[in-house]
Amino acid sequence: MNAPHKVGIGTPLARVDGADKVTGRAKYAAEYAVPDLLYGVAVPARIAKGRIVSIDDAAARAVPGVVEVMTHENRPKQAWLDHSWKDELSIPGDPFKALHDDRVLFAGQPVALVIAETFEAARFAAGLVQIDYDAEAHNVDFDTSLAEKFLPPKGMRRNTFHPPKARGDAGAAFDAAALKVSGEYRLATEHHNPMEMHASTVEWHGDGKITVYDKVQGSQNTQSYLAGAFKLSKKDVRVVNAYVGGGFGSGLRPQWQVQLATMGAILLERSVRVVMTRQQMFYHAHRPECTYEIRLGAEHTGKLTSIYGDATTSTSRFENNMEDIVTWGMMNYDCPNAEGHYTIAPRDTYTSADMRAPGAVTGMGLFEIAIDEMAYEAKVDPLEFRMINYSETEAMNQVPFTSKALREAYREGAERFGWAERSPEPRSMKEDRELIGWGVATGMWDAQFSKTSARARLSANGDLEVASATSDIGTGTYTVMTQVAADTLGLSPDRITARLGDSDLPAAPVEGGSWAAASTGAAVQLACRSVAEKLFKAADKVENRPLWGAQSIDDLDFVDGEMVLKSDPTKRVSLTDAMRAGGLDVIEVEETAKPGLSDMVSMAKKARNTHSAVFVEVRVDEELDQVRVTRVVNAVAAGRIINPRTARSQILGGVVMGIGMALHEETFIDATLGRWMNHNYAEYHVPAHADIEDVDVIFVDEPDPEVTPLGVKGLGEIGIVGTAAAVANAIFHATGKRVRSLPITVDKLLAMDR
Amino acid sequence: MIRFDYARPGDVAEAVRDGAGDHVAYLAGGTNLIDLMKENVARPLEVVDINRLPLAQITDLDDGSLRLGALATNADTAYDERVQARYPLLASAILAGASPQLRNAATNGGNLNQRTRCYYFYDVDTPCNKRVPGQGCGAIGGVNRIHAILGASDQCIATHPSDMCVALAALKAQVQVTGPEGDRTIAFADYHRLPGDEPWRDNTLKRGELVTAIDLPAEDFSTNYTYLKLRDRLSYAFALVSAAVAMRLEGDRIADVRIALGGVAHKPWRRIEAEEAIKNERPSDTVFDTAARALLAGAIGQGDNSFKIELARKAIIRALGQAAAGTPQSQTDKRIR
Repeated sequence: MNAPHKVGIGTPLARVDGADKVTGRAKYAAEYAVPDLLYGVAVPARIAKGRIVSIDDAAARAVPGVVEVMTHENRPKQAWLDHSWKDELSIPGDPFKALHDDRVLFAGQPVALVIAETFEAARFAAGLVQIDYDAEAHNVDFDTSLAEKFLPPKGMRRNTFHPPKARGDAGAAFDAAALKVSGEYRLATEHHNPMEMHASTVEWHGDGKITVYDKVQGSQNTQSYLAGAFKLSKKDVRVVNAYVGGGFGSGLRPQWQVQLATMGAILLERSVRVVMTRQQMFYHAHRPECTYEIRLGAEHTGKLTSIYGDATTSTSRFENNMEDIVTWGMMNYDCPNAEGHYTIAPRDTYTSADMRAPGAVTGMGLFEIAIDEMAYEAKVDPLEFRMINYSETEAMNQVPFTSKALREAYREGAERFGWAERSPEPRSMKEDRELIGWGVATGMWDAQFSKTSARARLSANGDLEVASATSDIGTGTYTVMTQVAADTLGLSPDRITARLGDSDLPAAPVEGGSWAAASTGAAVQLACRSVAEKLFKAADKVENRPLWGAQSIDDLDFVDGEMVLKSDPTKRVSLTDAMRAGGLDVIEVEETAKPGLSDMVSMAKKARNTHSAVFVEVRVDEELDQVRVTRVVNAVAAGRIINPRTARSQILGGVVMGIGMALHEETFIDATLGRWMNHNYAEYHVPAHADIEDVDVIFVDEPDPEVTPLGVKGLGEIGIVGTAAAVANAIFHATGKRVRSLPITVDKLLAMDR
Repeated sequence: MIRFDYARPGDVAEAVRDGAGDHVAYLAGGTNLIDLMKENVARPLEVVDINRLPLAQITDLDDGSLRLGALATNADTAYDERVQARYPLLASAILAGASPQLRNAATNGGNLNQRTRCYYFYDVDTPCNKRVPGQGCGAIGGVNRIHAILGASDQCIATHPSDMCVALAALKAQVQVTGPEGDRTIAFADYHRLPGDEPWRDNTLKRGELVTAIDLPAEDFSTNYTYLKLRDRLSYAFALVSAAVAMRLEGDRIADVRIALGGVAHKPWRRIEAEEAIKNERPSDTVFDTAARALLAGAIGQGDNSFKIELARKAIIRALGQAAAGTPQSQTDKRIR
């Protein structure tokens, strides 16, 4: 490795697990070789709602190699009470319990698990299980479900839900407004589609203990979930998720494959693996469909006078999934009158779920399309319009931000993009047969910090291991942990091993919400500082006491494996010498980073958010309405950047997913059959390479020592928020066609020609 | 996937013998058949692996035509120098489809025989007359964004998904087949069929027949041609609408023209009347529109896919324009010319 002199926070260190991933050494949940393994294949329900009348498994059982056909009739005992099935991110309602009883709650629900000595036998036999149903009337159509929309009462709401807080009189201000924009904005259902399918390998040790290799975004979440569901002791359940092939939120909660694999292992007292097929992946977590009525009022100058929003998102009949949709616009814009309403609409599908920037990418994204419309109404440049209505404070709760460098993001992004050259009129820029459009939109997400523990272990030879039960879902957690440790103790990254993805390691929450880097980073730093304290103490025993005069480790630099006196850099002690002098074979410390009293006060009084300004160029064939996204500049204000390289990757991925949201991603459901229909990679479209051209990422300077201990705000979601709206706004600028429903597919653009 | 017998014949005669039974599938590149077997859509009791047959050559025939072996891969065909020089329309259409990995495995014969991408055909828990005769059609009145606007029946509205075949239709290729009753030649227009009331039959092959080659006639459409494919993303998606045009100009007039559409019907869609209507005309958008309307006459939308009628009209006009101008659509530069 070509390591820089000192790798620290801010160094573009190459991903430390990169080589393991590209060479196949990194093992994923379904890749662990476990002796005597059985393979389970789920049989999905054909109907969307009803009861199982009978199951004929004779033909399946007759297949050589088939060991068991597990159904609700013969499954092992599992917890009856819903609260036993709660996980870290459970939402109010009745958690889905596979094979619990004869009820079918959604099409594709696993209603049997065929377990065999080989995967092939299990799959073959799964196709032979005959199930008769007593079907009941279902509804999977979102528009139809709106008749049943409701706001759950307090106590039945997700604890992440923030009720919109009204100010002024939005209705009166809208009526009186000189300029008005109003309309219904829509987002189609999307599926997460991580590359790695949900998989679990449950290793049965025979001594009452199991090891579960699970595709999940939090090993300890699966651990406590399985312990609750199957009345196991947590110490008997070890969960490993060392590598996760993408999650995007689909693995925040333990999914049914881990329940079925564990249940099969308990029933047969053998190791069992269950992998969802790609098709089955479409019958669980998905981003809710959304309808969002927006009304904006403004003065001729472009000053907003009224914001009104009323949104509904889809959920299942058994859980109340909720998102923050209408609050983002109310928080982001300076406007004296604002009012928001939110409901959920149940349909007979699996429960919708958090998917990258849940709520924000929908609510902020659709709102930013309406804002763009108002800018045109006011004949004000869309970027200038956002400046006119810029809010220094969080406008809904009227509290200051710990930091907000959105203005700088707008400015630096515009400069890089060349926004000043924009011709204001729609359809005014053209080259050959393509209309060219430039659009802008704002992104906003939470900067969160979650209680997280980490352990640091320094060996006498100077090798350091840092460990936490956190996850790396492709986001760079291994690298961040390595880097923070290198920064704190002045060690070369090749002397550092980061361990994560194991429930035996110090406690950490699921990886999600963009909090992992800030939280795990803080925990690793705390643990490494404790190691440093012990080293400093040990250094006192080194001959001649070279560090004499230093009062604490703050008087030292940790560089190149040495402690160096800041006041006299010729005075130094190597870490290994200090350990030897102190008679230490190893230094091992575990620390927990959590919000302290002053953080609590700050959290109550200040808003903590990341922001972004996204600029997009599209080229649209004038007759054929084929859209190409030729340029994107995403300028992000997210506090301190630990690693510019992995950070850029995070934003690039968000931009690609945002382009998918704008142009491609949509899951179709057949209302009659109650089934998702385009449930494969060929017909559910995410961007291909050809759809992605020039993407540029800027991180604007945003020092913020208050937001989290490292000043880090997190980057997992902010890259997607704003991107889809910027594409939509660019398409309007190019074509004069305002599509309020994402994705913007060719049929919607064609329809506006008439 | 169900259990099946497996045979790997060494020559064509043996393959035909192996293929004579009930529920037999010939296996070539496997890029479609294996998927369908995993999904329980294809349930052959015997799989005859023909990959050892000597059918991978591309050869010049005495009459000036070019013979594409049934087992030549799509990639080897598209990058063959003779194909690129003499039949660039075919090369372009092949490269508009799938991905490099798939084209490296998929064969020419297999391309002809690939099945529809209809969602319902692929999902055994839904009704489909093509998969199970008499079961009904889920796509009619269901989710049908990718379905047919031409030549459909009340039994089936599936489309043929190939790009290559659209070009072969425009080039008037001939399909060489062999079978229990001997060899025969099928004109490309007669190879695929419309669903009618037998939607389970994609083509006119008789039981046990095997495609051995595809012959491209010795005609020169290497200057004025194009393959224009419109889809829901810029690569790696099946066509919503595609148009293959092969044209010959004499002076400033259209001496000969062929237009075939993909993504709109159960087979590549050609109509002689549409082509005749603009012969001897000077190329212009008005003239092209005449052809487009003739080609699309009687088109019927099913709801989700109704937009395809207008999209197809515009695509035909543009494709004819590209061909007339000698500026065929690039398959790498996604800007539409």
